[in-house]
Amino acid sequence: MVAPADTMGRQATAAPFAIELKGISKAFGPVQANKDINISVPKGTIHGIIGENGAGKSTLMSILYGFYKADSGQILVGGTPTPIPDSQSAIRAGIGMVFQHFKLVQNFTVLENIVLGAEDGALLNTSLGNARRILRELAQEYGLDVDPDALIEDLSVGHQQRVEILKALFRQADILILDEPTGVLTPDEADHLFRILRGLKDQGKTIILITHKLREIMEATDNVSVMRRGTMVATVKTRETSPEQLAELMVGRKVLLEVEKTPAVPGKVVLSVENLRVRDEHGVERLKGISLDIRAGEILGIAGVAGNGQSDLLGALGGMTKATGRITLNGVDLPLSGAGADGQSRREAGIAHVPEDRHHHGLILDFTAWENVAFGYHNDPKYQKSALFMDNDALRADTEKKMATYDVRPPIATLEAKNFSGGNQQKIVVAREVEQNPDLLLIGQPTRGVDIGAIEFIHKQIVALRDAGKAILLVSVELDEIMSLSDRIAVMFDGQIMGMRDPATTDERELGMLMAGMDGKTAGEAA
Amino acid sequence: MDYATLLQLLDTTLRLATPLLLACLAGLYSERAGIFDIGLEGKMLAAAMSAGAVAALTGSAWAGLLAGIGASMLFALLHGIAAITFRGNQLISGVALNFLASGLTVLIAQALFQQGGRTPPLSGPARFNAITLPGAEALREVPLIGPLYYEVISGHSVLVYMAFLIVPLTWWILFRTRFGLRLRAVGENPAAVDTAGISVVGLRFAAVGITGILCGIAGAYMATALQAGFGREMTAGRGYIALAALIFAKWRPVAAMWACLLFGFFQALALRPDVVQAVVQVRVPVPLLDALPYLLTVLVLAGFVGKAIPPRAGGQPYVKER
Repeated sequence: MVAPADTMGRQATAAPFAIELKGISKAFGPVQANKDINISVPKGTIHGIIGENGAGKSTLMSILYGFYKADSGQILVGGTPTPIPDSQSAIRAGIGMVFQHFKLVQNFTVLENIVLGAEDGALLNTSLGNARRILRELAQEYGLDVDPDALIEDLSVGHQQRVEILKALFRQADILILDEPTGVLTPDEADHLFRILRGLKDQGKTIILITHKLREIMEATDNVSVMRRGTMVATVKTRETSPEQLAELMVGRKVLLEVEKTPAVPGKVVLSVENLRVRDEHGVERLKGISLDIRAGEILGIAGVAGNGQSDLLGALGGMTKATGRITLNGVDLPLSGAGADGQSRREAGIAHVPEDRHHHGLILDFTAWENVAFGYHNDPKYQKSALFMDNDALRADTEKKMATYDVRPPIATLEAKNFSGGNQQKIVVAREVEQNPDLLLIGQPTRGVDIGAIEFIHKQIVALRDAGKAILLVSVELDEIMSLSDRIAVMFDGQIMGMRDPATTDERELGMLMAGMDGKTAGEAA
Repeated sequence: MDYATLLQLLDTTLRLATPLLLACLAGLYSERAGIFDIGLEGKMLAAAMSAGAVAALTGSAWAGLLAGIGASMLFALLHGIAAITFRGNQLISGVALNFLASGLTVLIAQALFQQGGRTPPLSGPARFNAITLPGAEALREVPLIGPLYYEVISGHSVLVYMAFLIVPLTWWILFRTRFGLRLRAVGENPAAVDTAGISVVGLRFAAVGITGILCGIAGAYMATALQAGFGREMTAGRGYIALAALIFAKWRPVAAMWACLLFGFFQALALRPDVVQAVVQVRVPVPLLDALPYLLTVLVLAGFVGKAIPPRAGGQPYVKER
């Protein structure tokens, strides 16, 4: 194995804490990302770090992994002060990191990825041979089975994550940091990950789990530290706290975690989709015959792991993607290709669209808030001064009104979109689409990268629109969001709808099976 | 076409494919590491002028070769500083270096020798001369094999053999060594290399340096072996043809050799319009034959060879992200 003497050194200096951070501060220009952070992680525990986007969690972990240098403060590993100027030092100190976006070479084998940077010598053959042996031992010890000769691009996301964990273990990491590890996993894969983590903990490894999902913190951790606006506001024992308390610590005020809504009163069919098919530019069929109805006054939630056709469904309905099949809105056929199959025509027909990716499709970041509020509705008569000129004053006034209603901060219509936080950007997009009072709202990943406070607000708006008798198609990879908002749930897998479920009678387990492409009949065997 | 003519064609093919092959392998190292290099042409040109000038001044082809490598590495270093250190646009940097080489070579050659931007004609030890391989004379009379060995394989300069030996060497380095693994990784996903604690900048500079050395040999070969001295724009687009061959070969060394031999064969054909006429029974205009390798280049670059997937991080400067 790599540098065995080093490991023995670490074990000899047994201390109660695997990692201690003392007074860590880091500023990026005027932004203070970390302010005087103190944290002690006991050996052999799973320690959660939770906080909203921009709270400074990732910065803190990047400092620990040698990506950034702290402006001040001290890092102690196993009781010894350890400067970590680069990743190599972090690896030497026994720290391993599993990034949110995997750092794997796609067309390399598992073995090559694991060996990269930790080779035994200048020639590969011996390195690969040794690595194969060590990998087999690790697989037995921790139940981390991966085919060493498989190409990364052929592996599922869950397996790729296992390769990242194996990479860290191969480098003899005693402390494993995982940054938002479940964002890309199905519930089943996430459960498997937590089983692996508990196994690692039983073997004496220390694990730091960064997440914004309260449920995972409650399920998997021993202790949890909460960060807010660059400071560490509290560290508590997990079994002595509650999701409500953690949410309050994160946001700084009481937050409603449950969405309050009354049972739906579905009316007539607003949108009817029959045999909708989409091919991508490579000729691959992304939607394989989707049929569904959405009624007035109901929210249809589309669950699924990202990349199973949800985006193509939104694209086809929103007029962004060419498709075949048939869609009718209030009984009127809408074109799926050629003239009239564009976002502008769809909006005129009464379909509003909050796109999944607000940075690429929802907003132009370099444009001001009021310009962004005009997009898609710039031909609306109320924004026209004459045949040639737009009424920018009316538009600005309208934007300011919307910003006040939606509590967008800061409420400055002339500020460029990029200067708002993720949650406030999303509020601008939602305000633009919802305030047009559409018959059908398409809304994709409404709360991705949005902080808890704004999530609560956006959810309320969606429910209010439903209660006003509108139809809503909600696409989200967050199963909690789908479960709490939807009146009916459709699960997509591989461009098809695997099943329709009633949120009152289904559970995450059943939905997770459908998301993995297993219907009810085969679910029993797979489990 | 008789056997003797075919052997002559193949012999010319080898000689003409050599600078393409060296430049193509040069590009392979750089692009496998994620640095696109459209400046192969400029580096070859700079190397050709330096090699021609130093060989003329010292009377030693080997001194010329070293000078060629030095000039090419200087250009490679400039590209590295622009593309790696300052994260500039790699295409623009490459194009700029090509222009610089195009003007500077003629200017310096004119200032040194006052011969209209050429370097003086080289002869004797100032050129890399043909080597007769052992046993070539003895085997000459053996049917089929003998003439093939004597005419095609034997009788080239040492640089030709060097170029073709670099092909398996490159394969071995890329796929059998630690350096090769890291080089390929940095062209596919530099973040993976960075998080493994290896310097992305160091690896990429190493790759660009190798590109400089190989382009230097290619340019020196042009001026001191293929021809006897440097002439204005003597590389005539070979750097671009090498890039096309690289894409054609999908960034693989052995395939790169075959691609360069194909382009070399077309260039050889252009020198023998009589043979082409005898084979196709139509008089093909010489300019059209001259254009053939370039037409093939355009076809290759336009994507008629099927899907060629470049290294995934190619052309993108690496910026550490949170």
